[in-house]
Amino acid sequence: MTAHAVDERELQLRRPFVLPGWVARAAVWVPVTAAALWVLVLARNTSAGPAIREPGEFVVTLLDGVTFAGLLFVVASGFTLIFGLMRTVNMAHGSLFLGAAYVAHEIQTNMVGKDANIDARDVSLLAWILPLLAAGAVVALLGLLMQQLLLRWNQGQDLRQALITLAISVIAADQMLAHFGGVAQPLKWPGAVTHFFEIVGERYATSRLFMLGVALVVGALLWLWLNRTRMGMVIRAGVDDQEMVRALGINITLVFAVTFAVGSFLAGVGGVLGGSFAGSVAPGVDGAWLLNSLVVVIIGGLGSVKGAVAGSLLYGMVVALSPAYLPAGYTYYSVIFTFALLAVVLAVRPNGLYGRAE
Amino acid sequence: MSSAGTVSGSGPASRATRLLSARNVVVVAAAGLALLLPLFGSNFFVEFVMTRTMILGIAAATIVFLAAYGGMVSLAQYLLAGVAGFMVGNAVVAQDAWSKGLKLGWNPWVAVLFALGVTTVVAFVLGALASRTTGIYFLMITLTYAVIGYYVFGSITPLSGFGGITGIDPPGLFRDHPVRMYLALVVLSVLVYIAFRVVAVTPFGLALQGIRDDPVRMASLGFNVSLHRALAFTLAGFTAGLAGVFNVWWNGQIDPTSISIGPTLDLLIVAVIGGTLSLEGAWLGAFVFVAANNYLRNLPLVDHIGITEARFNTIVGMLVLLIMILSPDGLAGIIDRVRKGLRRLIQQPPGSGATPAEAAAGSAP
Repeated sequence: MTAHAVDERELQLRRPFVLPGWVARAAVWVPVTAAALWVLVLARNTSAGPAIREPGEFVVTLLDGVTFAGLLFVVASGFTLIFGLMRTVNMAHGSLFLGAAYVAHEIQTNMVGKDANIDARDVSLLAWILPLLAAGAVVALLGLLMQQLLLRWNQGQDLRQALITLAISVIAADQMLAHFGGVAQPLKWPGAVTHFFEIVGERYATSRLFMLGVALVVGALLWLWLNRTRMGMVIRAGVDDQEMVRALGINITLVFAVTFAVGSFLAGVGGVLGGSFAGSVAPGVDGAWLLNSLVVVIIGGLGSVKGAVAGSLLYGMVVALSPAYLPAGYTYYSVIFTFALLAVVLAVRPNGLYGRAE
Repeated sequence: MSSAGTVSGSGPASRATRLLSARNVVVVAAAGLALLLPLFGSNFFVEFVMTRTMILGIAAATIVFLAAYGGMVSLAQYLLAGVAGFMVGNAVVAQDAWSKGLKLGWNPWVAVLFALGVTTVVAFVLGALASRTTGIYFLMITLTYAVIGYYVFGSITPLSGFGGITGIDPPGLFRDHPVRMYLALVVLSVLVYIAFRVVAVTPFGLALQGIRDDPVRMASLGFNVSLHRALAFTLAGFTAGLAGVFNVWWNGQIDPTSISIGPTLDLLIVAVIGGTLSLEGAWLGAFVFVAANNYLRNLPLVDHIGITEARFNTIVGMLVLLIMILSPDGLAGIIDRVRKGLRRLIQQPPGSGATPAEAAAGSAP
């Protein structure tokens, strides 16, 4: 046996659960080709229509996907950042999302001076940005508090930490329900961004592009922080080898705390964006956004910011395309496609697109 | 993760004495007590509290089975129970009934077989997809299953009716006989408990525990790691389906919110309260959970500190938080610790100088 063959076998041993290459390729390309063919040519009797006949609908659906992906990225990047460095799966991420949306709602209604029937025209740019920053800061503090009190001393016990944050999410959901009630509360975009413009013969909401813009700014800042600052360097090193960073005398507990606060802040920014996007804040959103974050990071790979981008785009596209291109009367099956996306990724890459094995 | 039910070491102890361990004696006594309960317990206690305890206990035991022997903490068990429930509902409700769903109007026992079959297949597919991961990844993937499953039943209304399927009658054997249903659940609980413990010492169970401890070594020994995990998940899914069938009989209805993220977490909480590494703990946790749900309001002073049953989730969340902070092994872990402490106290030879209090202090880690 040649040395090369031995290497190959060793590799197989270390990664014992890998599908044969052709199965993996088929699992990806068959559904992708079928979907593309369907969307481009065959999709008669759907709400959007085949893309070659209805290019406007197609572009609008794609834009829906990309803008929603922006929101997904803001929320999921916080989740994946915390996991990447600390191996903490923060099950309370959705609660931070919802909490921030409620805080922003409180501040915005106070600034606008109305309790109900808030129209976007009443909301100045300041009455949106200030709630955004304040809500982000509040949940960043809450996240930091949670990390310092409940997660700091059991670092490394990932299941225990997941269950602790799960318990917190149960408590938080119940307390928010008690405090804000079961009825949806308004949260609005600033009037300055709620216009429509024309694209390929279709009307499109400016606020969605604004959301994507905010997401791009957040992404750019995150990239600069991780790649161009000393702390970002330490975080990237910590993701690779925490023990080594510690051994080099770097105060990693401080880095942990900052990262947790930033991750929570991102959940908060996502909450304000998501609340404004939906126009209201309601109980149950926390669970939905925990799911969204989970789907994104399972697809993209836990702990990878690059993976969060990829996961957000894929998931956002599936969420936008599947109801638009399902035959009329069957659009309620669209949730199946979320599962199908997850299934394909898990079958081919169990640790996600950019994830690595433990 | 330490093992819960590994085979005890080979000693001079014969098979009979091994069967007579303290653990088994307590379990048999508890099962006997549960069987005799209808003779002296109140109707409400038997038909409501204990019946619910048994249903939740069986479902939670599947979480414990996967966690203790497979190292997989699954959040999809309540979904699988719900799948079985929805299938029973769709199959048994008659065509002319004032209800929703597919209304196939089948014989209830055929419906059970159908529901368990579907649940088992679903469990195998989900298990096969998740089986290449463990630990925290497995938890996340199964949580995602649970939430997607909720949306599937919530949005595919032909399967779930708008707002659920009502008027699901249990078969004649249990209709209007809640005590019979309770007794059947006790028997089923015992069977599930025995089955899981027996499975643990079969070659399959031993391989599963080996995989839990070192998947790479087991793979290099020639064991199919993902298949073992997927099959364990399938077995747990089938058992969760059994709990789901009884659950839907007992409730008489099922709707998508009953499998939403809240109840899913509740089931995990039941397992966590009992201890995710102890099979008996599943039923203990279920009892604590159901009892807290029903009797908390009767406690004096509870109203005065602003904690009412309306804030039940806060209390349960606090309880889980406390357990996870103090003893991640749940009540079973606490009981175990107390028992070991007591044994140390008893075994302390008299006149050795240490008072019991000192011995207890010394035994604290």
